[in-house]
Amino acid sequence: MIVSHLLRYVFEPGFFGSGEVQVAFAVGTVIAVTSAVVGVFTVTRGQSFAGHSLGDISTTGGSGAFLLGVSQFWGYLVLGAAAAAFMELIGVQRRRGRDVATGVVLGAGTGLAALFLYLDTQSSSTTGVSFTILFGSLFAVTGSTAPALIASALLALGTVLVLARVLMLTSLSPDIAAARGVPVRAVGVAYLMALAVSVALSSMIIGAILSTALLIGPAATALRVARGPVRTMAVAAGIGVAAIWIGILLAYDSYYWPPAGRGWPVSFFVVTLTVGGYLISYLRPGPRDDRSRAAEPESPAEEEQVCSPA
Amino acid sequence: MAELLQVEGAGVRLGGRQILRDVSFGISPGEFTGLIGPNGAGKTTLLRVILGLQPVTSGSVLIDGSPRSARDASIGYVPQKLVIEPDMPLRVRDVVSLGVDGHKFGIRLPSRARRELVSDMLTAVGAQRYANARVGELSGGEQQRVMIAHALISRPRLLLLDEPLANLDISSEQGIVSLLARLARAERIAVLLSAHDMNPLLSVMDRIVYVAGGRVAVGSTDEVVQPQVLSRLYGQPVDVIRVRGRILVVAEGDTDLAAKAADIGVAG
Repeated sequence: MIVSHLLRYVFEPGFFGSGEVQVAFAVGTVIAVTSAVVGVFTVTRGQSFAGHSLGDISTTGGSGAFLLGVSQFWGYLVLGAAAAAFMELIGVQRRRGRDVATGVVLGAGTGLAALFLYLDTQSSSTTGVSFTILFGSLFAVTGSTAPALIASALLALGTVLVLARVLMLTSLSPDIAAARGVPVRAVGVAYLMALAVSVALSSMIIGAILSTALLIGPAATALRVARGPVRTMAVAAGIGVAAIWIGILLAYDSYYWPPAGRGWPVSFFVVTLTVGGYLISYLRPGPRDDRSRAAEPESPAEEEQVCSPA
Repeated sequence: MAELLQVEGAGVRLGGRQILRDVSFGISPGEFTGLIGPNGAGKTTLLRVILGLQPVTSGSVLIDGSPRSARDASIGYVPQKLVIEPDMPLRVRDVVSLGVDGHKFGIRLPSRARRELVSDMLTAVGAQRYANARVGELSGGEQQRVMIAHALISRPRLLLLDEPLANLDISSEQGIVSLLARLARAERIAVLLSAHDMNPLLSVMDRIVYVAGGRVAVGSTDEVVQPQVLSRLYGQPVDVIRVRGRILVVAEGDTDLAAKAADIGVAG
Protein backbone atom coordinates (compact mmCIF):
# COMPACT_ATOMS: atom_id res chain seq x y z
CA MET A 1 0.00 0.00 0.00
CA ILE A 2 2.63 2.48 1.15
CA VAL A 3 4.96 1.49 -1.68
CA SER A 4 2.35 1.98 -4.37
CA HIS A 5 1.38 5.26 -2.76
CA LEU A 6 4.98 6.38 -2.81
CA LEU A 7 5.45 5.25 -6.40
CA ARG A 8 2.38 7.20 -7.43
CA TYR A 9 3.81 10.23 -5.65
CA VAL A 10 7.16 9.91 -7.50
CA PHE A 11 5.77 8.96 -10.90
CA GLU A 12 2.92 11.42 -11.40
CA PRO A 13 -0.22 10.01 -13.10
CA GLY A 14 0.20 9.78 -16.86
CA PHE A 15 4.03 9.84 -16.70
CA PHE A 16 4.64 6.61 -18.62
CA GLY A 17 1.62 7.09 -20.89
CA SER A 18 2.77 10.45 -22.20
CA GLY A 19 4.10 10.36 -25.79
CA GLU A 20 6.41 13.28 -25.04
CA VAL A 21 7.93 11.44 -22.10
CA GLN A 22 8.48 8.26 -24.14
CA VAL A 23 10.26 10.17 -26.90
CA ALA A 24 12.26 12.09 -24.30
CA PHE A 25 13.40 8.84 -22.68
CA ALA A 26 14.41 7.23 -25.97
CA VAL A 27 16.23 10.25 -27.39
CA GLY A 28 17.68 11.28 -24.04
CA THR A 29 19.14 7.84 -23.34
CA VAL A 30 20.90 7.50 -26.70
CA ILE A 31 22.27 11.04 -26.56
CA ALA A 32 23.43 10.66 -22.95
CA VAL A 33 25.40 7.50 -23.83
CA THR A 34 26.96 9.13 -26.89
CA SER A 35 27.90 12.35 -25.07
CA ALA A 36 29.40 10.48 -22.14
CA VAL A 37 31.54 8.14 -24.29
CA VAL A 38 32.70 10.94 -26.60
CA GLY A 39 33.38 13.00 -23.47
CA VAL A 40 35.84 10.43 -22.09
CA PHE A 41 38.05 11.07 -25.13
CA THR A 42 37.44 14.83 -24.99
CA VAL A 43 38.80 14.97 -21.44
CA THR A 44 41.62 12.50 -22.14
CA ARG A 45 42.72 14.47 -25.21
CA GLY A 46 42.61 17.73 -23.25
CA GLN A 47 39.96 19.21 -25.55
CA SER A 48 37.34 20.14 -22.95
CA PHE A 49 37.60 23.80 -23.93
CA ALA A 50 37.05 22.91 -27.60
CA GLY A 51 34.01 20.82 -26.61
CA HIS A 52 32.54 23.66 -24.59
CA SER A 53 33.21 26.17 -27.36
CA LEU A 54 31.48 23.96 -29.93
CA GLY A 55 28.41 24.12 -27.68
CA ASP A 56 28.53 27.91 -27.47
CA ILE A 57 29.05 28.17 -31.22
CA SER A 58 26.07 25.86 -31.78
CA THR A 59 23.97 28.73 -30.43
CA THR A 60 24.80 30.58 -33.64
CA GLY A 61 23.65 27.62 -35.75
CA GLY A 62 20.47 27.08 -33.75
CA SER A 63 19.43 30.74 -33.85
CA GLY A 64 20.37 30.99 -37.54
CA ALA A 65 18.34 27.89 -38.36
CA PHE A 66 15.30 29.44 -36.67
CA LEU A 67 15.65 32.54 -38.90
CA LEU A 68 15.73 30.26 -41.96
CA GLY A 69 12.81 28.22 -40.70
CA VAL A 70 14.63 24.87 -40.49
CA SER A 71 15.11 22.57 -37.49
CA GLN A 72 17.65 23.87 -34.96
CA PHE A 73 19.42 20.51 -35.04
CA TRP A 74 20.72 21.10 -38.55
CA GLY A 75 21.86 24.54 -37.52
CA TYR A 76 23.72 23.16 -34.52
CA LEU A 77 25.23 20.40 -36.62
CA VAL A 78 26.37 22.46 -39.61
CA LEU A 79 27.88 25.24 -37.52
CA GLY A 80 29.47 22.84 -35.05
CA ALA A 81 31.10 20.83 -37.84
CA ALA A 82 32.29 23.99 -39.62
CA ALA A 83 33.75 25.38 -36.39
CA ALA A 84 35.47 22.06 -35.62
CA ALA A 85 36.99 21.97 -39.12
CA PHE A 86 38.19 25.56 -38.78
CA MET A 87 39.74 24.89 -35.33
CA GLU A 88 41.58 21.90 -36.77
CA LEU A 89 42.77 23.99 -39.73
CA ILE A 90 44.27 26.74 -37.57
CA GLY A 91 45.98 24.53 -35.08
CA VAL A 92 43.87 22.58 -32.62
CA GLN A 93 46.23 19.62 -33.09
CA ARG A 94 49.10 21.44 -31.40
CA ARG A 95 48.77 21.65 -27.66
CA ARG A 96 49.77 25.30 -27.48
CA GLY A 97 47.84 26.42 -30.56
CA ARG A 98 44.72 24.62 -29.42
CA ASP A 99 43.32 27.10 -26.90
CA VAL A 100 44.15 30.08 -29.10
CA ALA A 101 42.45 28.53 -32.15
CA THR A 102 39.43 27.58 -30.08
CA GLY A 103 39.19 31.01 -28.51
CA VAL A 104 39.32 32.78 -31.87
CA VAL A 105 36.56 30.59 -33.33
CA LEU A 106 34.49 30.95 -30.16
CA GLY A 107 34.63 34.75 -30.27
CA ALA A 108 33.57 34.90 -33.91
CA GLY A 109 30.69 32.45 -33.40
CA THR A 110 29.25 34.03 -30.28
CA GLY A 111 29.20 37.45 -31.93
CA LEU A 112 26.98 36.10 -34.69
CA ALA A 113 24.78 34.33 -32.15
CA ALA A 114 24.07 37.66 -30.45
CA LEU A 115 22.83 39.07 -33.77
CA PHE A 116 20.76 35.99 -34.70
CA LEU A 117 19.12 35.72 -31.28
CA TYR A 118 18.22 39.42 -31.47
CA LEU A 119 16.66 38.93 -34.92
CA ASP A 120 14.85 35.78 -33.70
CA THR A 121 13.20 37.64 -30.82
CA GLN A 122 12.27 40.53 -33.17
CA SER A 123 10.61 38.18 -35.66
CA SER A 124 8.74 36.03 -33.16
CA SER A 125 8.17 38.67 -30.47
CA THR A 126 8.81 36.09 -27.77
CA THR A 127 11.77 35.11 -25.65
CA GLY A 128 10.81 31.42 -25.91
CA VAL A 129 13.08 30.88 -28.93
CA SER A 130 16.19 32.19 -27.21
CA PHE A 131 15.39 30.10 -24.17
CA THR A 132 14.99 26.91 -26.21
CA ILE A 133 18.23 27.50 -28.11
CA LEU A 134 20.33 28.44 -25.09
CA PHE A 135 18.86 26.01 -22.56
CA GLY A 136 17.30 23.27 -24.71
CA SER A 137 14.06 21.44 -24.43
CA LEU A 138 13.97 17.68 -24.27
CA PHE A 139 10.16 17.63 -24.17
CA ALA A 140 10.02 19.66 -27.41
CA VAL A 141 11.67 16.81 -29.39
CA THR A 142 8.90 15.47 -31.61
CA GLY A 143 8.35 11.93 -32.78
CA SER A 144 9.27 12.98 -36.31
CA THR A 145 12.72 14.43 -35.48
CA ALA A 146 13.58 11.66 -33.02
CA PRO A 147 14.81 9.11 -35.62
CA ALA A 148 17.28 11.61 -37.14
CA LEU A 149 18.63 12.45 -33.68
CA ILE A 150 19.00 8.80 -32.69
CA ALA A 151 20.68 7.92 -36.00
CA SER A 152 23.14 10.82 -35.66
CA ALA A 153 23.95 9.80 -32.10
CA LEU A 154 24.63 6.20 -33.10
CA LEU A 155 26.85 7.40 -35.97
CA ALA A 156 28.96 9.57 -33.63
CA LEU A 157 29.12 6.80 -31.02
CA GLY A 158 30.12 4.22 -33.63
CA THR A 159 32.84 6.49 -35.03
CA VAL A 160 34.40 7.03 -31.62
CA LEU A 161 34.26 3.32 -30.72
CA VAL A 162 35.94 2.35 -34.00
CA LEU A 163 38.65 4.97 -33.34
CA ALA A 164 38.91 4.17 -29.61
CA ARG A 165 42.26 2.35 -29.57
CA VAL A 166 43.90 4.74 -32.02
CA LEU A 167 42.65 7.73 -30.01
CA MET A 168 44.06 6.24 -26.80
CA LEU A 169 47.44 5.53 -28.43
CA THR A 170 47.52 9.07 -29.84
CA SER A 171 46.69 10.51 -26.41
CA LEU A 172 49.54 8.48 -24.93
CA SER A 173 52.01 9.72 -27.56
CA PRO A 174 51.27 11.18 -31.01
CA ASP A 175 54.84 10.27 -32.05
CA ILE A 176 54.43 6.57 -31.26
CA ALA A 177 51.11 6.57 -33.13
CA ALA A 178 52.65 8.28 -36.17
CA ALA A 179 55.64 5.93 -36.14
CA ARG A 180 53.24 2.99 -36.25
CA GLY A 181 51.49 4.36 -39.32
CA VAL A 182 48.44 6.00 -37.70
CA PRO A 183 47.17 8.97 -39.78
CA VAL A 184 47.16 11.09 -36.62
CA ARG A 185 45.72 14.23 -38.18
CA ALA A 186 42.91 12.48 -40.09
CA VAL A 187 41.95 10.62 -36.92
CA GLY A 188 41.89 13.95 -35.06
CA VAL A 189 39.53 15.43 -37.67
CA ALA A 190 37.21 12.39 -37.57
CA TYR A 191 37.12 12.64 -33.79
CA LEU A 192 36.34 16.39 -33.84
CA MET A 193 33.45 15.72 -36.24
CA ALA A 194 32.02 13.08 -33.89
CA LEU A 195 32.43 15.64 -31.09
CA ALA A 196 30.56 18.27 -33.13
CA VAL A 197 27.65 15.85 -33.75
CA SER A 198 27.55 14.88 -30.09
CA VAL A 199 27.51 18.54 -28.99
CA ALA A 200 24.75 19.37 -31.51
CA LEU A 201 22.66 16.54 -30.06
CA SER A 202 23.07 17.54 -26.45
CA SER A 203 22.37 21.15 -27.46
CA MET A 204 18.98 19.92 -28.66
CA ILE A 205 18.05 18.33 -25.38
CA ILE A 206 19.72 20.41 -22.68
CA GLY A 207 20.67 23.55 -24.62
CA ALA A 208 23.65 24.88 -26.52
CA ILE A 209 25.41 26.53 -23.63
CA LEU A 210 24.73 23.64 -21.22
CA SER A 211 25.77 20.85 -23.60
CA THR A 212 29.22 20.76 -21.96
CA ALA A 213 27.63 19.42 -18.78
CA LEU A 214 26.53 16.20 -20.48
CA LEU A 215 29.81 15.91 -22.41
CA ILE A 216 32.35 16.59 -19.67
CA GLY A 217 30.47 15.93 -16.40
CA PRO A 218 29.89 12.14 -16.63
CA ALA A 219 33.31 11.60 -18.25
CA ALA A 220 35.15 13.61 -15.61
CA THR A 221 33.40 11.70 -12.82
CA ALA A 222 34.07 8.32 -14.48
CA LEU A 223 37.75 9.20 -14.95
CA ARG A 224 37.99 9.74 -11.20
CA VAL A 225 36.28 6.54 -10.09
CA ALA A 226 36.92 3.88 -12.79
CA ARG A 227 40.08 2.18 -14.11
CA GLY A 228 40.62 1.01 -17.66
CA PRO A 229 39.15 2.48 -20.85
CA VAL A 230 36.13 0.16 -21.21
CA ARG A 231 35.04 0.50 -17.61
CA THR A 232 35.53 4.28 -17.72
CA MET A 233 33.29 4.58 -20.79
CA ALA A 234 30.67 2.30 -19.23
CA VAL A 235 30.59 4.26 -15.96
CA ALA A 236 30.40 7.59 -17.84
CA ALA A 237 27.48 6.30 -19.93
CA GLY A 238 25.72 5.06 -16.78
CA ILE A 239 26.08 8.44 -15.07
CA GLY A 240 24.84 10.30 -18.18
CA VAL A 241 21.79 8.05 -18.55
CA ALA A 242 20.96 8.28 -14.83
CA ALA A 243 21.14 12.09 -14.96
CA ILE A 244 18.83 12.19 -17.98
CA TRP A 245 16.31 9.72 -16.55
CA ILE A 246 16.11 11.35 -13.13
CA GLY A 247 16.09 14.75 -14.84
CA ILE A 248 13.07 13.82 -16.98
CA LEU A 249 11.25 12.44 -13.95
CA LEU A 250 11.88 15.52 -11.80
CA ALA A 251 11.00 17.89 -14.65
CA TYR A 252 7.72 16.08 -15.14
CA ASP A 253 6.96 16.17 -11.41
CA SER A 254 7.92 19.83 -11.19
CA TYR A 255 4.74 20.70 -13.08
CA TYR A 256 3.08 20.63 -9.66
CA TRP A 257 5.85 22.59 -7.94
CA PRO A 258 5.66 26.36 -7.51
CA PRO A 259 4.90 28.25 -9.66
CA ALA A 260 2.31 25.53 -10.30
CA GLY A 261 1.36 24.68 -13.84
CA ARG A 262 4.72 25.39 -15.52
CA GLY A 263 7.31 22.63 -15.22
CA TRP A 264 10.92 23.45 -14.40
CA PRO A 265 13.40 23.01 -17.28
CA VAL A 266 14.84 19.49 -17.71
CA SER A 267 18.26 21.06 -18.35
CA PHE A 268 18.41 22.40 -14.81
CA PHE A 269 17.93 18.95 -13.30
CA VAL A 270 20.30 17.18 -15.73
CA VAL A 271 23.11 19.67 -15.16
CA THR A 272 22.61 19.75 -11.39
CA LEU A 273 22.65 15.94 -11.22
CA THR A 274 25.79 15.73 -13.40
CA VAL A 275 27.69 18.29 -11.38
CA GLY A 276 26.44 16.67 -8.17
CA GLY A 277 27.85 13.32 -9.33
CA TYR A 278 31.22 14.93 -9.97
CA LEU A 279 31.29 16.53 -6.53
CA ILE A 280 30.33 13.22 -4.87
CA SER A 281 33.27 11.54 -6.66
CA TYR A 282 35.56 13.75 -4.55
CA LEU A 283 34.31 11.98 -1.41
CA ARG A 284 36.54 9.04 -2.29
CA PRO A 285 40.24 9.63 -2.98
CA GLY A 286 40.80 9.91 -6.72
CA PRO A 287 43.93 9.26 -8.79
CA ARG A 288 45.28 12.74 -8.12
CA ASP A 289 45.42 12.14 -4.39
CA ASP A 290 47.04 8.72 -4.64
CA ARG A 291 50.66 9.72 -4.96
CA SER A 292 52.15 7.50 -2.29
CA ARG A 293 53.49 4.95 -4.77
CA ALA A 294 55.71 7.46 -6.54
CA ALA A 295 57.86 7.92 -3.44
CA GLU A 296 58.66 4.21 -3.06
CA PRO A 297 61.93 2.85 -4.39
CA GLU A 298 61.48 0.54 -7.37
CA SER A 299 62.66 -2.65 -5.68
CA PRO A 300 65.15 -3.71 -3.01
CA ALA A 301 67.47 -5.24 -5.64
CA GLU A 302 67.94 -1.90 -7.36
CA GLU A 303 68.60 -0.14 -4.10
CA GLU A 304 71.58 -2.42 -3.56
CA GLN A 305 72.97 -1.48 -6.95
CA VAL A 306 73.13 2.14 -5.87
CA CYS A 307 75.33 1.25 -2.92
CA SER A 308 77.85 -0.74 -4.96
CA PRO A 309 80.42 1.34 -6.87
CA ALA A 310 79.70 1.77 -10.59
CA MET B 1 77.03 -10.15 -39.11
CA ALA B 2 74.36 -8.60 -41.36
CA GLU B 3 73.44 -5.14 -40.19
CA LEU B 4 69.87 -4.56 -39.09
CA LEU B 5 69.97 -0.79 -39.44
CA GLN B 6 72.14 1.10 -41.91
CA VAL B 7 72.29 4.89 -41.92
CA GLU B 8 74.27 6.05 -44.96
CA GLY B 9 75.33 9.66 -45.45
CA ALA B 10 72.09 10.94 -43.91
CA GLY B 11 71.59 14.70 -43.83
CA VAL B 12 68.64 16.70 -42.50
CA ARG B 13 67.89 20.35 -43.20
CA LEU B 14 65.11 21.93 -41.14
CA GLY B 15 63.96 25.52 -41.62
CA GLY B 16 67.17 26.52 -43.42
CA ARG B 17 69.41 24.98 -40.72
CA GLN B 18 71.52 21.90 -41.36
CA ILE B 19 70.64 19.73 -38.32
CA LEU B 20 72.54 16.60 -39.38
CA ARG B 21 75.19 16.15 -42.08
CA ASP B 22 76.71 13.02 -43.55
CA VAL B 23 75.69 10.69 -40.72
CA SER B 24 76.71 7.05 -41.32
CA PHE B 25 76.60 4.08 -38.98
CA GLY B 26 75.10 0.61 -38.73
CA ILE B 27 73.60 -1.49 -35.95
CA SER B 28 73.60 -5.29 -35.70
CA PRO B 29 71.14 -7.52 -33.81
CA GLY B 30 71.81 -7.75 -30.08
CA GLU B 31 74.03 -4.66 -30.03
CA PHE B 32 73.69 -1.95 -27.38
CA THR B 33 74.47 1.43 -28.94
CA GLY B 34 74.56 4.72 -27.08
CA LEU B 35 73.58 7.84 -29.02
CA ILE B 36 75.49 10.39 -26.99
CA GLY B 37 75.78 14.15 -27.35
CA PRO B 38 74.95 17.48 -25.73
CA ASN B 39 71.37 18.78 -25.70
CA GLY B 40 70.35 20.18 -29.07
CA ALA B 41 73.01 18.19 -30.97
CA GLY B 42 70.45 16.42 -33.17
CA LYS B 43 69.92 13.14 -31.27
CA THR B 44 66.12 13.35 -31.35
CA THR B 45 66.16 14.32 -35.04
CA LEU B 46 68.31 11.29 -35.83
CA LEU B 47 65.93 8.97 -33.96
CA ARG B 48 62.96 10.55 -35.77
CA VAL B 49 64.71 9.94 -39.09
CA ILE B 50 65.17 6.25 -38.25
CA LEU B 51 61.49 6.05 -37.21
CA GLY B 52 60.38 7.61 -40.48
CA LEU B 53 58.85 10.64 -38.72
CA GLN B 54 61.41 12.97 -40.30
CA PRO B 55 62.48 12.64 -43.95
CA VAL B 56 66.18 12.90 -44.82
CA THR B 57 67.26 15.60 -47.25
CA SER B 58 70.22 13.47 -48.37
CA GLY B 59 71.48 9.93 -47.86
CA SER B 60 69.38 6.96 -46.82
CA VAL B 61 68.16 4.89 -43.87
CA LEU B 62 67.81 1.16 -44.50
CA ILE B 63 66.24 -1.53 -42.32
CA ASP B 64 67.34 -5.01 -43.38
CA GLY B 65 68.76 -3.47 -46.55
CA SER B 66 65.52 -1.82 -47.71
CA PRO B 67 63.91 1.59 -47.02
CA ARG B 68 61.73 1.73 -43.96
CA SER B 69 58.01 1.35 -44.64
CA ALA B 70 55.20 2.81 -42.55
CA ARG B 71 53.63 0.43 -40.01
CA ASP B 72 57.01 -1.22 -39.68
CA ALA B 73 56.68 -3.42 -36.61
CA SER B 74 60.42 -4.11 -36.53
CA ILE B 75 61.10 -0.87 -34.63
CA GLY B 76 59.94 -0.22 -31.07
CA TYR B 77 60.04 3.36 -29.82
CA VAL B 78 60.07 5.02 -26.40
CA PRO B 79 59.75 8.80 -26.88
CA GLN B 80 61.33 11.41 -24.63
CA LYS B 81 59.63 13.50 -21.94
CA LEU B 82 56.41 11.55 -21.97
CA VAL B 83 53.99 13.31 -19.63
CA ILE B 84 51.13 11.02 -18.67
CA GLU B 85 48.35 12.78 -16.78
CA PRO B 86 47.06 11.01 -13.65
CA ASP B 87 43.53 10.93 -15.08
CA MET B 88 44.56 9.13 -18.29
CA PRO B 89 42.08 6.22 -18.17
CA LEU B 90 44.71 3.61 -19.07
CA ARG B 91 45.96 1.00 -16.63
CA VAL B 92 49.48 -0.30 -17.07
CA ARG B 93 48.14 -3.44 -18.77
CA ASP B 94 46.07 -1.29 -21.19
CA VAL B 95 49.16 0.66 -22.23
CA VAL B 96 51.10 -2.54 -22.94
CA SER B 97 48.11 -3.98 -24.78
CA LEU B 98 48.05 -0.89 -27.04
CA GLY B 99 51.56 -1.92 -28.09
CA VAL B 100 50.02 -4.92 -29.84
CA ASP B 101 47.27 -3.22 -31.83
CA GLY B 102 46.88 0.42 -30.73
CA HIS B 103 47.38 1.48 -34.34
CA LYS B 104 44.39 -0.55 -35.57
CA PHE B 105 40.81 0.62 -36.09
CA GLY B 106 37.78 -1.28 -34.86
CA ILE B 107 36.47 -2.77 -31.66
CA ARG B 108 38.53 -5.46 -29.91
CA LEU B 109 37.01 -8.19 -27.82
CA PRO B 110 38.87 -9.27 -24.69
CA SER B 111 40.99 -12.39 -25.15
CA ARG B 112 42.73 -14.69 -22.72
CA ALA B 113 45.77 -15.12 -24.97
CA ARG B 114 46.33 -11.36 -25.07
CA ARG B 115 45.97 -11.06 -21.30
CA GLU B 116 48.67 -13.66 -20.85
CA LEU B 117 50.92 -12.06 -23.47
CA VAL B 118 50.62 -8.72 -21.65
CA SER B 119 51.27 -10.32 -18.25
CA ASP B 120 54.37 -12.09 -19.57
CA MET B 121 55.70 -8.84 -21.02
CA LEU B 122 55.10 -7.00 -17.74
CA THR B 123 56.95 -9.73 -15.89
CA ALA B 124 59.84 -9.50 -18.35
CA VAL B 125 60.35 -5.78 -17.60
CA GLY B 126 59.65 -6.15 -13.86
CA ALA B 127 56.39 -4.16 -13.92
CA GLN B 128 53.91 -6.91 -13.02
CA ARG B 129 53.39 -5.52 -9.50
CA TYR B 130 51.60 -2.46 -10.81
CA ALA B 131 49.80 -4.07 -13.79
CA ASN B 132 46.42 -2.75 -12.64
CA ALA B 133 47.56 0.70 -11.52
CA ARG B 134 46.81 3.72 -13.65
CA VAL B 135 49.87 4.55 -15.68
CA GLY B 136 49.65 8.25 -14.75
CA GLU B 137 50.00 7.41 -11.06
CA LEU B 138 53.41 5.76 -11.48
CA SER B 139 56.84 7.26 -10.88
CA GLY B 140 59.06 8.21 -13.84
CA GLY B 141 61.10 5.00 -13.65
CA GLU B 142 58.00 2.82 -13.44
CA GLN B 143 56.50 4.61 -16.45
CA GLN B 144 59.70 3.99 -18.43
CA ARG B 145 59.43 0.25 -17.71
CA VAL B 146 55.81 0.28 -18.88
CA MET B 147 56.70 2.16 -22.08
CA ILE B 148 59.53 -0.31 -22.73
CA ALA B 149 57.04 -3.16 -22.36
CA HIS B 150 54.67 -1.28 -24.71
CA ALA B 151 57.47 -0.96 -27.29
CA LEU B 152 58.64 -4.57 -26.95
CA ILE B 153 55.35 -6.47 -27.07
CA SER B 154 55.16 -6.23 -30.87
CA ARG B 155 58.51 -8.11 -30.93
CA PRO B 156 60.64 -5.43 -32.61
CA ARG B 157 64.23 -6.22 -33.51
CA LEU B 158 65.34 -2.63 -33.00
CA LEU B 159 64.41 -0.63 -29.89
CA LEU B 160 64.86 3.16 -29.97
CA LEU B 161 64.77 5.09 -26.71
CA ASP B 162 64.98 8.89 -26.57
CA GLU B 163 66.60 10.11 -23.32
CA PRO B 164 64.95 7.40 -21.20
CA LEU B 165 67.24 8.20 -18.26
CA ALA B 166 66.45 11.92 -18.10
CA ASN B 167 64.76 12.93 -14.83
CA LEU B 168 65.18 9.50 -13.24
CA ASP B 169 66.58 8.99 -9.76
CA ILE B 170 69.76 6.95 -9.69
CA SER B 171 68.18 3.64 -8.62
CA SER B 172 65.56 3.79 -11.41
CA GLU B 173 68.34 4.75 -13.85
CA GLN B 174 70.43 1.68 -12.95
CA GLY B 175 67.34 -0.53 -13.10
CA ILE B 176 66.41 0.63 -16.62
CA VAL B 177 70.00 0.32 -17.93
CA SER B 178 70.42 -3.24 -16.65
CA LEU B 179 66.99 -4.22 -17.99
CA LEU B 180 67.88 -2.92 -21.47
CA ALA B 181 71.30 -4.60 -21.43
CA ARG B 182 69.66 -7.91 -20.47
CA LEU B 183 67.06 -7.58 -23.26
CA ALA B 184 69.73 -6.83 -25.84
CA ARG B 185 71.76 -9.93 -24.84
CA ALA B 186 68.96 -12.41 -24.19
CA GLU B 187 66.46 -11.44 -26.89
CA ARG B 188 69.01 -10.30 -29.54
CA ILE B 189 67.27 -6.92 -29.71
CA ALA B 190 69.35 -4.06 -31.06
CA VAL B 191 69.08 -1.15 -28.59
CA LEU B 192 69.77 2.44 -29.64
CA LEU B 193 69.46 4.77 -26.67
CA SER B 194 70.05 8.52 -26.64
CA ALA B 195 71.51 10.27 -23.61
CA HIS B 196 73.31 13.52 -22.86
CA ASP B 197 75.34 11.77 -20.14
CA MET B 198 77.21 8.64 -21.19
CA ASN B 199 78.33 7.63 -17.69
CA PRO B 200 75.37 5.45 -16.66
CA LEU B 201 75.86 3.50 -19.92
CA LEU B 202 79.65 2.94 -19.87
CA SER B 203 79.43 -0.65 -18.61
CA VAL B 204 76.78 -1.78 -21.12
CA MET B 205 77.49 0.07 -24.40
CA ASP B 206 78.94 -2.04 -27.22
CA ARG B 207 79.30 1.06 -29.29
CA ILE B 208 78.90 4.79 -29.14
CA VAL B 209 77.49 7.15 -31.76
CA TYR B 210 78.64 10.56 -30.58
CA VAL B 211 76.69 13.50 -32.03
CA ALA B 212 77.92 17.08 -31.91
CA GLY B 213 77.52 19.96 -34.32
CA GLY B 214 75.32 17.81 -36.57
CA ARG B 215 78.11 15.26 -37.24
CA VAL B 216 78.77 11.87 -35.69
CA ALA B 217 81.79 9.83 -34.61
CA VAL B 218 81.22 6.08 -34.31
CA GLY B 219 83.18 3.33 -32.57
CA SER B 220 83.92 1.89 -29.15
CA THR B 221 83.89 4.29 -26.21
CA ASP B 222 87.70 4.25 -26.07
CA GLU B 223 87.97 5.04 -29.78
CA VAL B 224 85.43 7.85 -29.86
CA VAL B 225 85.77 9.60 -26.52
CA GLN B 226 89.22 11.03 -27.27
CA PRO B 227 90.25 14.71 -27.28
CA GLN B 228 91.25 14.67 -30.99
CA VAL B 229 88.05 12.95 -32.16
CA LEU B 230 85.68 15.10 -30.11
CA SER B 231 87.59 18.34 -30.83
CA ARG B 232 87.11 17.69 -34.56
CA LEU B 233 83.41 16.95 -33.97
CA TYR B 234 82.76 20.01 -31.80
CA GLY B 235 84.96 22.21 -34.03
CA GLN B 236 86.82 23.51 -30.97
CA PRO B 237 89.38 22.16 -28.48
CA VAL B 238 87.80 19.65 -26.10
CA ASP B 239 89.34 17.83 -23.13
CA VAL B 240 88.34 14.38 -21.94
CA ILE B 241 88.85 13.73 -18.24
CA ARG B 242 88.59 10.18 -16.87
CA VAL B 243 88.14 9.95 -13.15
CA ARG B 244 86.91 7.09 -10.92
CA GLY B 245 85.76 5.14 -13.97
CA ARG B 246 83.71 8.07 -15.18
CA ILE B 247 84.18 10.37 -18.17
CA LEU B 248 83.88 14.14 -18.28
CA VAL B 249 83.95 16.04 -21.59
CA VAL B 250 85.02 19.66 -21.16
CA ALA B 251 85.11 22.31 -23.89
CA GLU B 252 87.51 25.25 -23.79
CA GLY B 253 86.05 28.17 -21.87
CA ASP B 254 83.39 25.85 -20.44
CA THR B 255 81.76 27.94 -17.73
CA ASP B 256 79.66 24.93 -16.91
CA LEU B 257 82.63 22.97 -15.55
CA ALA B 258 81.66 23.11 -11.88
CA ALA B 259 78.16 21.94 -12.68
CA LYS B 260 79.47 19.12 -14.86
CA ALA B 261 81.92 18.02 -12.21
CA ALA B 262 79.21 18.03 -9.57
CA ASP B 263 77.08 16.05 -11.98
CA ILE B 264 79.46 13.11 -12.02
CA GLY B 265 80.48 13.50 -8.40
CA VAL B 266 84.04 14.83 -8.86
CA ALA B 267 83.83 18.21 -7.20
CA GLY B 268 81.35 16.69 -4.72
